[in-house]
Amino acid sequence: MNIAQEAPDAPAEHGYNVLGVPLAEVIVGLIAFGVLLFVLTKFVFPRMESMFQQRVEAIEGGLVKAEKAQAEAAALLSQYKAQLAEARTEAARIRDEARADAEGIRTDVLAKAREESDRIIAAGREQLAGERASIVRELRTEMGSLAVSLAGKIVGESLEDEARRRGTVERALADLESAGAR
Amino acid sequence: MITQPGFLASEFPPGVDVFDYKTLIPSLEGSMWAGAFTKLSLLVWMAVAIIIVFFLVTYRNPTLVPSKKQWLAESAYGVVRNNIATDIIGPQGVRFAPYLATVFCFVFVTNLWSIVPFAQISPNSHLAFPVVLAVLTWVIYIGIGIKKHGLLGYLKHSTVQPGVPWWVHPILIPIEFLSNLILRPITLAVRLFANMFAGHMILLVFTLGGVALWNAGPLLLKPAALGSWAFAIVMTLFELFILSLQAYVFTLLSATYFQSSISEEH
Repeated sequence: MNIAQEAPDAPAEHGYNVLGVPLAEVIVGLIAFGVLLFVLTKFVFPRMESMFQQRVEAIEGGLVKAEKAQAEAAALLSQYKAQLAEARTEAARIRDEARADAEGIRTDVLAKAREESDRIIAAGREQLAGERASIVRELRTEMGSLAVSLAGKIVGESLEDEARRRGTVERALADLESAGAR
Repeated sequence: MITQPGFLASEFPPGVDVFDYKTLIPSLEGSMWAGAFTKLSLLVWMAVAIIIVFFLVTYRNPTLVPSKKQWLAESAYGVVRNNIATDIIGPQGVRFAPYLATVFCFVFVTNLWSIVPFAQISPNSHLAFPVVLAVLTWVIYIGIGIKKHGLLGYLKHSTVQPGVPWWVHPILIPIEFLSNLILRPITLAVRLFANMFAGHMILLVFTLGGVALWNAGPLLLKPAALGSWAFAIVMTLFELFILSLQAYVFTLLSATYFQSSISEEH
């Protein structure tokens, strides 16, 4: 090593210039830094950038996926709720219908039964009236002849006169009827 | 300790000549290429090789979930990219991130040589290497400024301060021109160079001073020599702090200059 004697502020030709910028060192610095810059920007940093990007995408993709799943779940839930509400109103409707049906059936049955009973009663009455009328008719014919024969036997006289006989019998029967109706 | 007491002691106190590294190729001695093959140049090449190998090896098979080494490489780039480029320049600063990250790694590792045993000198204590980086930064920030504002637009952008009374301009414009367009690369280079130069000097003073005290003779001075060496270790740690800080500052200022060139307002 060059042992220069103390030359504090001597910019002498042979002394070392602290502020000197030798061209050789500049060239070395330029080339060395250039090589470093080239290699790093060409082969290393772009890969790091893409890695950062991939990481961002991975995280964002995860978030999006989670959001989608959540939205799906929420949609399903609302769908189920809607279905449940629908089922409930359906059930209520069916119950109401059944109740209304039952009520209708009851009134129908009642009406039919009443109709039937009315019909039976009416038929009975009709039958009774018919029978009574036929009995009355029979009695009327029988009673006429019976009364005539009885009266003939009792009176002993022949009631030949048709007109008188008919009038007498009719009158007696009318009396009888009015007496029975009273 | 590799001490040749007589030799080292004769060099105390260390002068600027300790920075005068001779070429490793004797036949080049005296030619202009002597400086291209010195210990410092070798250290520069080694730094470049180490950085390239580090990044290529750690980023050979990158995975989405990084391994420890991959994480380390990513943080070296990521810190410069996010905490310097994007924070200072804004979203478009990402395109300067590769340059800034390279500057940071280059300056950091070349600075680191100043405390690595057997190297123990940073190439940046020779003005030429910081000058290369500073001039590159200067060329880039003037280039992007002219590209964005045009030549005259950029001159106006970087020298005319808005909101200043008209009669101040004759004084202010030359000052702004000088400080923004001429002095910035000089201060950038000299800051880095001077820090590494002074750091090396300080380490030399305490280390060689210890040797000088040890050899001085009187037994009483021996503990002082030990104290001096102990302080050399402390200063080495301090140097580690300074060299990291300077690498950061150099990158940060480069980013700030880029930002000032492409900013819309002043």
